[in-house]
Amino acid sequence: MLDLGIDVLFKGTNFLRLLQGLWVSIEISLISVVISILLGMIVGVLMTMNNPILHVALKVYLEIVRIMPQMVLLFIVYFGTTRVFGLDLSAEASAIIVFCFWGTAEMGDLVRGSIKSISKVQFESAYALGMDKVQTYWYVISPQTFRRLVPLSINLITRMIKTTSLVMMIGIVEVLKVSQQIIEANRKISPNAAFGVFAVVFLLYFMVCWPISRLSNYLEKRWV
Amino acid sequence: MRKNIINKITGLTLILALAVVGLAGCGSTDKAAEQGSGEATSAESSSQGFRTLDEIKKSGTINIGVFSDKSPFGYVDENGEYAGYDVYLAERLGKDLGVEINYVSTEAANRIEYLQTGKVDIILANFTVTEERAQEVDFALPYMNVALGVVSPKDEVVKSLDDIGEDDQVIVISGTTAETYLTKNYPDIKLQKYDAYAEAKSAFENGNGVAWANDNTEVIAFAIENEGYEVGIPSLGDQDTIAPAVTKGNETLLNWINDELKTLGKEQFFHADYEKTLLDTYGADYEETLVVEQQ
Repeated sequence: MLDLGIDVLFKGTNFLRLLQGLWVSIEISLISVVISILLGMIVGVLMTMNNPILHVALKVYLEIVRIMPQMVLLFIVYFGTTRVFGLDLSAEASAIIVFCFWGTAEMGDLVRGSIKSISKVQFESAYALGMDKVQTYWYVISPQTFRRLVPLSINLITRMIKTTSLVMMIGIVEVLKVSQQIIEANRKISPNAAFGVFAVVFLLYFMVCWPISRLSNYLEKRWV
Repeated sequence: MRKNIINKITGLTLILALAVVGLAGCGSTDKAAEQGSGEATSAESSSQGFRTLDEIKKSGTINIGVFSDKSPFGYVDENGEYAGYDVYLAERLGKDLGVEINYVSTEAANRIEYLQTGKVDIILANFTVTEERAQEVDFALPYMNVALGVVSPKDEVVKSLDDIGEDDQVIVISGTTAETYLTKNYPDIKLQKYDAYAEAKSAFENGNGVAWANDNTEVIAFAIENEGYEVGIPSLGDQDTIAPAVTKGNETLLNWINDELKTLGKEQFFHADYEKTLLDTYGADYEETLVVEQQ
């Protein structure tokens, strides 16, 4: 049988460390995802308003997030804040700030898109029934928006989980970094370990992302 | 009409915002620190972007940046403990300072950034001393040598680059110091360039070239792992050194490290370090080539 070097994972505490690394990734991404979704909803609704100042400000925000690579944002927040303001943010806090900054903008845009895609008739009918603005959004618009949002936001969430691998650049040891450490420490004894270890990392990411994608399927079926 | 104006304003604001962010972004890269935002750097050092020796001792922990995936210099072993040539020194520094060590896993690309923001006190991550880097950080005395090396088959060992015949080719990897050095100093030698380590390796094993020039640590490790090859020239060109680095201006810590390195030199500390961490990879023959002891 081909030696894939998976056995290196069972040396010492290697596998445990890999799981700890995975937990670091999950922790950072889940905290960011929850905050991003909540803030994203607000930003999304704000984006649909016809206030020109708000419109410009949010547009600038969204474009910055789109243009800036997450890696650059991480460096700016982690090293830049210390350099410019003398604030010593922890690496985890910086990572969460960057991921929320990014997630909120993209989520906001998804919410905006979903609201805009709901036909004007829905609003007009609600107003005709005598509902006010809040009631219209609460009873008529948001249920339809949520349904459209589910598949879109699942994309964003899984993307955020996978992008956590970048945080190794600011010294956080997450699952991918642990796997590199394991491969490198065993380079001589087991040169093929890279394949086996990365295959396991792939499975771990899959195990995290797959339930989320199943949940989305379930929700979509239930609501249709 | 109204829409048009709004669009224009949006565009302008965007450009402005990006310019501001762009500038802020540059501030955090090393290059711009020399040019535009030189003020920011000097302002920071006056407000002290680092911890002095006393402050470190008082806090009871020292932050040391090391590689966590560069075996055998800095890596994490199967028990989750940091180990390697650099870490062996870090352990000793921590012990002699009487403080706990907090290891920070660094990457080649962020080592300077970590020091300049004071997020680590010392970098011990196989940090080669160069003039450009010495403008950004302060290097202590060296503890290891790096140079170029040339490996060739055992039956026809190349002992000097002058022995290389007109039709012989030397294998190099593009973009390495070996390529730059040979192009500059031996323009007559024909080079065979490869992009990746693996390609160069198989080309050399197939006998496409009479010799292979690369970092000496690389060629030494290659000759030990593969039968039938010998490093004819273990040290070529400019000797570079590897040294601990601290934040620019952190004199108390720098002086302490230098004194410590001198004390360690007396007890032949780095020979012990070599035997403990590098012997398996490089063998006993290269101990004197690679190790530096301060007298």
